[in-house]
Amino acid sequence: MSQATLRIQKISAHSGTVPGEDTQRQYQVCKLVDTTTCIGCKACEVACVEWNDMPFSPTAFGNTYQTMPETRWNYWNLILFNEHEREDGTLQWLMRKHQCMHCAEPGCLEACPADGAIVQYTNGIVDFQQANCIGCGYCITGCPFNIPKFNNVTKRMYKCSLCADRVSEGLEPACIKSCPTGCLHFGSKDDMTELAGIRAKQLRDHYGYDKAGVYDPPGVGGTGVIYVLHDATQPELYGGLPSNPSIPLAVKFWKHPLKWLGNIAMVGGLIGLFVHYLKFGPKAREEADLAPKGGA
Amino acid sequence: MDASRRDFLKVATVGGTAAALFGFDLKPAYAELRRLKIARASETRSTCPYCSVSCGVIIYTLGDGAKNVTKQVVHVEGDPDHPINRGTLCPKGASLQQDILNERRLLKPQVRRPGGTDWEDISWEQAIGEIAQKVKKTRDDTFIETDAAGNKVNRCESIAFTGGCTDTNEFNYLVVKAMRALGVVHIENQARV
Amino acid sequence: MTNGWVDIKNADMILVMGGNPAENHPCGFKWVIEAKRNRNAKLIVVDPRFTRTASVSDFFAQIRVGTDIAFLGGLIRYLIENQRYNKEYLVNFTNAGFIVDKEFKLPEDEGVFSGFDEKSLSYNRATWNYEGSGGKPAAAKPGQPAGLPGLPERVDFDPTLQNPRCVFQLLKAHYSRYTPEMVERVTGIPREKYLQACDLFTSIRKDGDTKKVATVIYALGWTQHSFGTQNIRTAAMIQLLMGNVGRAGGGVNALRGHSNIQGATDMAGIFDNLPGYLKVPIPADGSFEGWMKRITPTPSKPGDWASFNYWSNTPKFAVSLMKAFYGDAATKQNEWAYDYLPKVDRNYSWVNIWDNMYNGVVKGLFAFGMNGVMIGPDSNKNIDALKKADWVVVGEIYPDETSEFWRSPGITQEEMKKIQTTVYRLPCAGFAEKDGSFTNSARWLQWKNAALPIPPGCRSDQGIVAQIFLKTRELYQKEGGKFPDPILKLTWAYTNPSDPSLAEVLKEINGKTFADAEDPATKQQIKAGQQVPSFAWLKDDGTTSSGNWIYCGAYTEAGNLTMRRDPADPSGLGVHPNWAWSWPVNRRVLYNRASCNVDGKPWDATRKQVWWNEGTQKWAGVDVPDFKADSHPKDHMGPFIMNPEGVGRIFGPLGAFADGPFPTFYEPVESPVENNLLHPKQRHSPVVRRYKTPDDKYGSVKDGYTVICTTYRLTEHYHYWTKNNPMNVQLVPEPFVEISEEMAAEMGLQGGERIKVSSARGAYIAKAMVTKRIKAMTIDGKKTYQIGIPIHWGYRGIAEDEGKTAKTPVNLLSPTVVDPNAYTPEFKGFLVKVEKA
Repeated sequence: MSQATLRIQKISAHSGTVPGEDTQRQYQVCKLVDTTTCIGCKACEVACVEWNDMPFSPTAFGNTYQTMPETRWNYWNLILFNEHEREDGTLQWLMRKHQCMHCAEPGCLEACPADGAIVQYTNGIVDFQQANCIGCGYCITGCPFNIPKFNNVTKRMYKCSLCADRVSEGLEPACIKSCPTGCLHFGSKDDMTELAGIRAKQLRDHYGYDKAGVYDPPGVGGTGVIYVLHDATQPELYGGLPSNPSIPLAVKFWKHPLKWLGNIAMVGGLIGLFVHYLKFGPKAREEADLAPKGGA
Repeated sequence: MDASRRDFLKVATVGGTAAALFGFDLKPAYAELRRLKIARASETRSTCPYCSVSCGVIIYTLGDGAKNVTKQVVHVEGDPDHPINRGTLCPKGASLQQDILNERRLLKPQVRRPGGTDWEDISWEQAIGEIAQKVKKTRDDTFIETDAAGNKVNRCESIAFTGGCTDTNEFNYLVVKAMRALGVVHIENQARV
Repeated sequence: MTNGWVDIKNADMILVMGGNPAENHPCGFKWVIEAKRNRNAKLIVVDPRFTRTASVSDFFAQIRVGTDIAFLGGLIRYLIENQRYNKEYLVNFTNAGFIVDKEFKLPEDEGVFSGFDEKSLSYNRATWNYEGSGGKPAAAKPGQPAGLPGLPERVDFDPTLQNPRCVFQLLKAHYSRYTPEMVERVTGIPREKYLQACDLFTSIRKDGDTKKVATVIYALGWTQHSFGTQNIRTAAMIQLLMGNVGRAGGGVNALRGHSNIQGATDMAGIFDNLPGYLKVPIPADGSFEGWMKRITPTPSKPGDWASFNYWSNTPKFAVSLMKAFYGDAATKQNEWAYDYLPKVDRNYSWVNIWDNMYNGVVKGLFAFGMNGVMIGPDSNKNIDALKKADWVVVGEIYPDETSEFWRSPGITQEEMKKIQTTVYRLPCAGFAEKDGSFTNSARWLQWKNAALPIPPGCRSDQGIVAQIFLKTRELYQKEGGKFPDPILKLTWAYTNPSDPSLAEVLKEINGKTFADAEDPATKQQIKAGQQVPSFAWLKDDGTTSSGNWIYCGAYTEAGNLTMRRDPADPSGLGVHPNWAWSWPVNRRVLYNRASCNVDGKPWDATRKQVWWNEGTQKWAGVDVPDFKADSHPKDHMGPFIMNPEGVGRIFGPLGAFADGPFPTFYEPVESPVENNLLHPKQRHSPVVRRYKTPDDKYGSVKDGYTVICTTYRLTEHYHYWTKNNPMNVQLVPEPFVEISEEMAAEMGLQGGERIKVSSARGAYIAKAMVTKRIKAMTIDGKKTYQIGIPIHWGYRGIAEDEGKTAKTPVNLLSPTVVDPNAYTPEFKGFLVKVEKA
């Protein structure tokens, strides 16, 4: 397997400290998504599917240009389309690239009971290690963005890896590279934050979007994916982007006071397995995924 | 540092022990990463066949071009040097790998005979021989040398050539040359529609 | 495109109309976004639908399908009234001050210009001329009457633009009726909104500013109408009035729909041209000389101006073409093998192929990568035509509808047995398996390399055509036959004749010299047998050959320049002079002389493209000047060197257009509006004809066809090709019809329900997509609905083969009606009725 160059800074359900913690300096990577220049072309969707060799996943007509209602275990990256009529009667067709936000404080990692199933590299990428995943689905409850998805055959969880294989080799993620309009941009978190700020200011100064701003929610410690929005006061318009996401209290509550439990990985694993069984039961097909859903 | 799937836990465990002993650990943790699938693939610069932007694409093929390898496409992505697309692609360009390697490709000449209800296989030689004969017969049967006013027209109105959008300039030139030589006037292309 | 993709980044104002580049040219559209990001440029989108281009626009107006000339005519009126034009440019670089023939009449209420003949539905265009003296008979298009008077050699001219018979005053009078109120009634765009659009677009010329630039971007939304050419002309006129043509960030930019149809047009894959836009000979030409006399223009201009009149070189290009085709068999004695060229005196364009096949004239069809059944118009007619053909040869990489017309939906086994057509389906090579050059919309020729071998069983496209040709030639050699000379004597001296190397072919296209030659100005010499460096070296004495004069310079002694890969852009204007090769002579922006004022100084010093260098007494620049290099500005040579006038044509004289020297609003052939509000006595274009086979039916409101339907592509799919590609099928799995919420409510329809859309010609069944992005419109006080259908599905494809669609091609609906100039069908606006299926 690959010679990894990405060091880990956080490990799910790991006993003791993270080996090598604070021994390496690496800049935080970040995706900037400028929704005001997104044309919803879905190049990023295809680039993701193609690069990651995802198998074909059937879709059905859903009265929208959106490929499917939500991301899937084998479809990590989805443009959400929303038609929005403004008060002045003009129409906005809002498009937002929806994918793992690579939170600085990842709820999924926090909630995960399996040692090493979810890691955060020192560059900020949050990655699932399917080899260590027990398929319990706890990460789902920890995620305020509804990202981790379960594969019924492998019984593992999947999500966007921020193309860690490419990034570790010095390449940008596949989605970033493909984006025709440059609505996607990749670089250090500092640089992306600055770029986003400049763009939001331009939108306010020259294009009449008084409420344009940057979405980088503090509730999860900031994110490795930040958005420029026409109206930063209403992120919900963009396909339900939560205005103030945070790790659910339940996860915090049961993880932190009971953190000692994490030292005994087996326990976590057992609980995970049990919960997984309760949640998913024995083998079942994920057909609900295919049903069309409203929206535009 | 080599960090395989198994090593991960080992590293973590060893790290844990070290941390327990010394309070911190200098040996960093790594996770397994998918290997870059194009690391040793061959690159060919090409042009996307879809719209008129003509984006530069890089076609990554299996192997290093050695004689004993049948090339196969593993990945296609935008050419970052190309002044227009600068590495970007649209959802059609980004799926070119599946256009090149597609199970629906036609792989043998076929003919549908008059009154036929299905395709029949035909050899290339047979097909080209039959087509040439039909071209000649159709042309000879209908060739117009002069019009009503006695002007020379030397044209063949009974054969039409319709060319597609992804035909190269050189192909189009050969077509125009050959078809005009046959006297063909019904020459049209996607360019019209 | 007059300009190029990257050049769009230099624009201050962008009008997208009749196009949807965000969806159809996403990677080119990035330069629109760059202009917005880096120059605070504004994007105006006018479209029947709120498209993905509209989603990132700064101003959107929903327009009724097919009313663009009303919109743009009103814009001309607005910019004249508010002096938002560039007066210096207008007077010196256009024919605005040219005086027009006394007998010429504007259409007014009658709706027809002077010279209309009701019987033949055509114009005698003699009065569409300038006043002046001298001249010779003008060129005619195939099928149109020859023998018109020519343009006068010296044109009467009024630099003050005050003469009531000058082009500018006639223009003003013509569009005076295109008031904002009228535009609202015709297009459905409310007056206030319309005026905002006019003000925004012309704001770059506010207070006499001549620095800023606007571009106009269009595509098939303008061409696919019975007045398509005039849609584009109106835009060109606006750009000339505002002085935007020839400038970085300006121009009139056609976004061609496919990878190499610019190249196919250049190479004359169309009936009425030979390579390099040489007009085909007509029977009446009689001789090579007669042909040249007809198609070689002579200058026509105000007395003290100069005109380069580059087409005066036509004989050099034509003789060189004949030498490329026929080599030694083309001699001065046999008039360069003039007899070998077929003579064309009627319309053999796309829809006529199918009409003539239906009527038994066309018996054999080659279709290489061209899916005629799907492309339409009127797919059923095309299927019926194919049933009558003797033989069809299809070269394809996927199973397509045209090769399987004999088992299209609805044909029974019994009927199938009666279809006598022989169909050969030959598997070709995919794009990645062959090399060769494509010419993009910006006229860049780019070489592509083959990445993979051709799959076993398939053959290269050029190999197939070569083998068919050589086999046919062999038969003529053996058996003789009708007029075999052109077949036997055609040059085919490729190293591998049955599978020619495309690099060799490009060398032939570029051309070479058979004799040593010297350029008198530079003393540069070339030796016999060498490639010619540019078309300036071509001769009409048979000592040079060139398969396409405009591609001359692509493959010189310096090698294959289309392979160049230097991305450098020293000027920062997006010129990239050493990336690939651009026709003509590697020039990136056409008419770039017009980027300077009369004195040869750039209108905007921050976007300097070319300029007059007083020191060297030459034009210099970061791009190749589109001009006579040593023509001093005081000579007043016009920047539009391909026109005999040397100036841009606001008035299109004589044979330039079949339907009028000024664009005039006409209703589409199928329109819900009974009257032409602007020209009440002429509803449709007077020169548009209907076709007459039993399949050619046309619908009207009184037959219940009240809804306007338009067709288009989606960004996720490519015509009829990606329906074979799982990744694209995944993105948009099924066909659909976009309809407004209001219309759906009226029909009691939910999104996802199946609906049937019928025209006079056929029915289409798909699911409804109910959306806010298409709204009901008020047209002259009446509520009018528009719907839209993407074109991508037929009866062969992944979804089709899985039985997920109704297998109805959209073009079952569209009518056989064409633009009288470009012969492009009216796919973009026709009438339908809609019901639940």
